[in-house]
Amino acid sequence: MVALRAADLQVRAGEVHALMGANGAGKSTLVKMLTGVLRPDGGSISIRGTPRRFRSPLAARQAGLVSVYQDPALVPDLTIAQNLRLARTPPDVVRQWLGRFGFSALDFATAVRELPLPTLRLIDLARALAAEPDILLLDEITAALPPDLAEHVYAAARQWRSLGRSVIFISHRLAEIAALCDRATVLRDGVTVGVVEPAQGGEERIVALMLGAPPEAAARAGIAAAAAPSGPPALEVQALRCGEKLRDVSFALRAGEVLGLAALEGQGQEELFDCLAGLRRPDAGAILAAGAPQHFHHPADAIRAGLVLVPADRVRALLPQRSVHENIALPLVRRLRDWGGLPMRAERARVAEAVRRLQIDTRAAAEVKRLSGGNQQKVVIARWLACGFRTLLCFDPTRGIDIGTKRQIYALLRELAASGAAVLLFTSELSEIPLACDRVAVLFGGRIVAGMPAAGADEATLLRAAHGLRARAEAPA
Amino acid sequence: MTLAAFLRERSLLVLALLLALLVGIITVVRPGTVTPDWIANTLLFAVPLGLMAGGETLLLLAGGIDLSVASVASGAAYLLSSNAAPLGTTLAVLLGLAAGLLVGLLNGVGVAIFRVQPLVMTLGTGLMAQGALVVYSQKIIGQEQLVPRAVATLGSGKFAGLVPYALFLWLPLALLLILGLRRSGFGRLLYAVGDNEAACRLSGVRVWRVLLAAYAACGLLAAVAGIVLVGTTNAADLSLANVYLLPAIAAAIIGGTSIFGGRGGYGGTIVGALFLTVLDSLLTLLNAPEPVKQMLYGGVILALAAAYTRLTD
Repeated sequence: MVALRAADLQVRAGEVHALMGANGAGKSTLVKMLTGVLRPDGGSISIRGTPRRFRSPLAARQAGLVSVYQDPALVPDLTIAQNLRLARTPPDVVRQWLGRFGFSALDFATAVRELPLPTLRLIDLARALAAEPDILLLDEITAALPPDLAEHVYAAARQWRSLGRSVIFISHRLAEIAALCDRATVLRDGVTVGVVEPAQGGEERIVALMLGAPPEAAARAGIAAAAAPSGPPALEVQALRCGEKLRDVSFALRAGEVLGLAALEGQGQEELFDCLAGLRRPDAGAILAAGAPQHFHHPADAIRAGLVLVPADRVRALLPQRSVHENIALPLVRRLRDWGGLPMRAERARVAEAVRRLQIDTRAAAEVKRLSGGNQQKVVIARWLACGFRTLLCFDPTRGIDIGTKRQIYALLRELAASGAAVLLFTSELSEIPLACDRVAVLFGGRIVAGMPAAGADEATLLRAAHGLRARAEAPA
Repeated sequence: MTLAAFLRERSLLVLALLLALLVGIITVVRPGTVTPDWIANTLLFAVPLGLMAGGETLLLLAGGIDLSVASVASGAAYLLSSNAAPLGTTLAVLLGLAAGLLVGLLNGVGVAIFRVQPLVMTLGTGLMAQGALVVYSQKIIGQEQLVPRAVATLGSGKFAGLVPYALFLWLPLALLLILGLRRSGFGRLLYAVGDNEAACRLSGVRVWRVLLAAYAACGLLAAVAGIVLVGTTNAADLSLANVYLLPAIAAAIIGGTSIFGGRGGYGGTIVGALFLTVLDSLLTLLNAPEPVKQMLYGGVILALAAAYTRLTD
């Protein structure tokens, strides 16, 4: 398969340059070539006018191009100090950077496994900065970061620019691109389709270039207000408590409704979703599905009660070596009574219907690991469409997904709600909440501290509430 | 398409060509060896290996492995031959099968429920089975050892003097395994569990059930293999099937089943088992001394496994 056909990318010294494109546009392939993981079939790469051929990631590093990849590049079982030693990175410089990111208290003797994902991302960044690269490549580093930590990334990128060096910045968040980047190169289908200056109202142009269609066509698709909900709630949570983080959460979610959940990192949202999906048992409180109390010992119990989970980490939910079909049909064989002969025709029809509804690109359907990130996420959602459910639990489903696919996913959530499903949506992108949700609840310190109609929930209001600040009047000076 | 890509897509074909090459070498080195009779015997000798490798295939697909198959096969054979006289053929066969199923279930409980590492668990049960067998053999010293006629026929007889009866057992089982892996819910789950256990759990699959059933099936298949084998040798001893342990796993791996789970199938394992059987017979024909034979045999297995792993990753 050809992922990249004619990609041009020119990055100036003293510039933060965005590299953009829908999932499957060829960004990852280009990044792999820039960093020496893949070798190009044709074309050339030059740094400061010198043509380069990278035979390995190490060669790229020595030439001054250092990258922070999509996933943490740290050995989980080693401590931070040991990880730094592996790559011969001076720990003092890393510590300095981490101090600037607000992690001065981080103990370098901690095993990486025990650290939360956002911390790992900032360690990755600090490590890359410590190598003093001429070109710093940040591949979706902010995708897993809450807004407050993302600010540190922007600051570091700006500092790099002021030193006359370059940053290649990959992200799906248009707002941060507009605020941070000087220019943006847009890829579509493996070809560079344009170079845009995002600050000067270039956002819509970027979207248009990425989608290959005028912006109107991609605008909020089919987002209608849901019918007035009635009857018992599809899901009711009463005084739920779990571990240290989830203290006391109650809410009701009706059929036909999308409830948004906004929170900074680690306010108990993971625990809440784990409890609802049967992955963890709550310490106290009750979960009611369609009015009936539930005690989940296994995700199978939650699925039987109609609660299904789309986790943030696609890798966790997929069978990378198996086909799109097998991935989607997986819950259909979950029970003992499904162990016999497979009803191939019926199954194929169900899978095909789900693939059609989600517009999954099936060109690389033989192995899910070869699909783009957005398509992989669609496969996870398609699984539940094929299997059937009452309440869809989406945990940050658009993390690291391009804008076109994001809109498709939000439109799909609206559509599901319109056809009678209930949706609980946690998202780390506050600006997206009004796009998909009817109501929004804000979680802080393991409790719901605010609730409001999504229509009036602008980013600033949500962010204040998510920091535990009650009202506008109390906003910090 | 590059050569590497071709080999990757058609690895089974390549293995089949290598198998044909081996047969070719035999006809050159010892003309007149390859006769219908030789083919029938080769197939017959491949049956116990193919059955044990079948169990290993199920487990490798699911991300497991079983190092107790050889002990189980030996044990089933020994239990059968030492109880055939007092209990009769049917009960003795059932006793052998039950022993295999029991060890398989034990492995399954250890790995699936208590989450013991499969290598450790099955190495342990294998040693325990071997030990129990020695104790048992000392208890029943002096008792008549008998391989029932039906079992001997299964293990060495040929229909119309040409087609080994063992094939009438192997072929349906092979068909069941191949079809079952492709077209049954259990087969689908073996691949899924081997590929990503966490994803299975999220999808509502109770992983322990799948693993338990897979280990039980592997134990049972090993017992069947032991019974066929004792029919061929016509005498059980305590280490009857021990030489089959490495080949059983190797047949699955050179047949294209990934040792990391999630990829492969029984069709490849069958070709792998035939390949190893023919290789063994070639080395015997060359009159290689036993140690040299073992070294060559091990070397070829390692080379193939390494080549395969390089190609598929």
